[in-house]
Amino acid sequence: MSKLYTGAEIVFKCMEDQKVEFIFGYPGGAVLPIYDELKNHDNIKHILARHEQGAGHAAEGYARSCGKPGVVLVTSGPGATNVVTALTDAYMDSIPLVCISGQVPTHLIGTDAFQECDTTGITRPCTKHNWLVKDVKDLAKTIHKAFEVATTGRPGPVLVDIPKDIQFQKAKYTNFKKQKKLNGKSNNRFSQKDINKLIEMMSKAKQPIFYTGGGVINSGPKASEQLRELVSITGFPITSTLQGLGSFPGDDNQFLGMLGMHGTYEANNAMHDCDLMINIGARFDDRITGKIDEFSPKSKKVHIDIDPSSINKNVKADLPIVGDVSEVISLLIKTIKKHKPNFLKSNKENISKWWEQIGKWRSVNSLNFINSDKTIKPQFAIQRLYELTKNKDTFITTEVGQHQMWAAQHYKFDKPNRWMTSGGLGTMGYGLPAAVGVQIAHPDKLVVDIAGEASVLMTMQEMSTAVQYNLPIKIFILNNEYMGMVRQWQELLHEKNYSESYTAALPDFVKLAEAYGCVGIRAKTPDELDQKIQEMIDVKKPVIFDCLVDKEENCFPMIPSGKPHNQMLLGPNDQKENKITGKGKTLV
Amino acid sequence: MVKSKSAYSDPGKKGKLDTHIIVVWVDNEAGVLARVVGLFSGRGYNIESLAVAEVDPKRGISRITIVTTGTPQVIEQIKLQLGKLVPVHKVADFMRGDKKIIFKEMALLKLVGNTSKRNKALKVCKKFNPVVLDKTQKSVVLQITALRREIDTVMGDLKKFGLVSVSRTGAVAMTRGSEIFK
Repeated sequence: MSKLYTGAEIVFKCMEDQKVEFIFGYPGGAVLPIYDELKNHDNIKHILARHEQGAGHAAEGYARSCGKPGVVLVTSGPGATNVVTALTDAYMDSIPLVCISGQVPTHLIGTDAFQECDTTGITRPCTKHNWLVKDVKDLAKTIHKAFEVATTGRPGPVLVDIPKDIQFQKAKYTNFKKQKKLNGKSNNRFSQKDINKLIEMMSKAKQPIFYTGGGVINSGPKASEQLRELVSITGFPITSTLQGLGSFPGDDNQFLGMLGMHGTYEANNAMHDCDLMINIGARFDDRITGKIDEFSPKSKKVHIDIDPSSINKNVKADLPIVGDVSEVISLLIKTIKKHKPNFLKSNKENISKWWEQIGKWRSVNSLNFINSDKTIKPQFAIQRLYELTKNKDTFITTEVGQHQMWAAQHYKFDKPNRWMTSGGLGTMGYGLPAAVGVQIAHPDKLVVDIAGEASVLMTMQEMSTAVQYNLPIKIFILNNEYMGMVRQWQELLHEKNYSESYTAALPDFVKLAEAYGCVGIRAKTPDELDQKIQEMIDVKKPVIFDCLVDKEENCFPMIPSGKPHNQMLLGPNDQKENKITGKGKTLV
Repeated sequence: MVKSKSAYSDPGKKGKLDTHIIVVWVDNEAGVLARVVGLFSGRGYNIESLAVAEVDPKRGISRITIVTTGTPQVIEQIKLQLGKLVPVHKVADFMRGDKKIIFKEMALLKLVGNTSKRNKALKVCKKFNPVVLDKTQKSVVLQITALRREIDTVMGDLKKFGLVSVSRTGAVAMTRGSEIFK
């Protein structure tokens, strides 16, 4: 007779078979049997967060930076409810997470027991799927299925809720064999015919553009390499969403920068005026499309996505291609090389006027800002950070707000998986714990959280986690004492009524750093910025960098709500020259 | 132009609404109905009626029939989103009024009144296969099967004949001829 294992042992057996190295979690009554078993598994390291939300975001940062699913372990009741934000965040940004939660013993379920909540009910809309395990015999099968669902098709979070009595009960465990090809519910449904059609459209196009997103990153590092090849053999311009940054080199001449609400002038105008839009792994989010009725009115739209429900959700696709980005691009390249070896040459003339037009838009230099020698401009701070870290294979996480957009605009990425930001859910407090997870996955790399002072206070307690595990993360705070993006909207849309967007009492971040046992650095003037940033990079400990920046800087360019892509607000330079301050207001 | 104060774009033009019948085959497991219904409420889709029961006890398959309204784009989304749920095996969808499909709803009607009233009531229901399920001196319980709007009409007509209580099911659907749902 084969050996019987407890539920808790089975959890670890599954983790080992799934090659899990790190669990991010927080113990509590309903998961104690699992925590008790931890000591018998040296190959799995538990990272103790300070809040379950922090554990969840850390697992997200881990997953995004190394491509493996992040594993979270939390207790019942508040443990589970605290992780909901991270699960929703992962769901919106398609990040594979496997969350194991404890539950009160089965006989107490439904009795309003201590620390009981309807975990599967609460997390149903924010996971790809979840399970309540009511029989220990189903446990192993369920956990393996959970990993499969999380990592296949369009990735996302899953949750397995395990009542405490199930963790004690015993069952057999049959070794798990990973199937060769797992594709979940989303298959590659495209055919050679679709690819041929696409190539035909590409060779006819006079104003083509690639619009790429997080799907390229999720498809694996190979997809990014293939994308670079595709862009170079076609000569087409390319723009990227917030989540797609890094899949194509940010300093390449064919790259127009990020598009969308705070995207560049050239990217948004090119999207508006193009005649062929090739969407690769992006989802026509409302921050990208602006006014949907006037979104890119003249173009044929090709949509490549692994999730069939993404297609035609917001924007009608003329040619939908359902499949994994990497496989689609590889077939596309193969076909172009075979049938149109001279594509680039024959195409060059076709789109030369288009590039001319793009050059004109580019010359507007929409990311420009008026620098100052007295106060640190936030854009300048990020430019300096970029210049001083670009040769180091740096990993950047962010919180949410103005600093996030400035980071996206001014930090140039040239590799995938180096940029971790909460795009879909827009979770303030994401960046610090995410940096913890990134540093766990890459202990020797430089990891910087570009933060705002308001966001970072939401999960500041995770500094304690960073100190505990000697994780030298750098928290680079652009401190303007305002919730900057809220303030910006209030200035532009609500008659400068700065309702509750100013934080009247902030901690002294340098002293706070010292209290946590890490290093605090403050920069007040542009002159000292470089030296202070270098100091931050050189310290082999976690750092909180308090960068005091201009309090009233706004993030431009910007597409005001309800406007199409070709009606952007540019920065103060433009407004002064054209004297449209009054008009600019009605534009918003 | 009205000044928008929202960080979100204005709603675009609304398309024409169609009524569709969506048939979903699911694993009959705990919470599966909540998943399907939660998908509708969470994404703002409409449920006009719902019928669900296990149809294959051996494989544990339930069949859910949902009547919903939406623009063609929304109906397409509903199908694709349902298809993504892990316990969902297949999804079929039909326009209301599709000649190849039979739709039926059932209603139980309780009437209280004298024999003459009850007989008149029975006459009103004649077209809709009335079955007398229960009968007393003063009352009768009728079962009818018909389309939604037919039942609506019957209910209106029966008011004057002592209709005191109605219980209705959601619509169920079946293809005509030898074909089956794909």
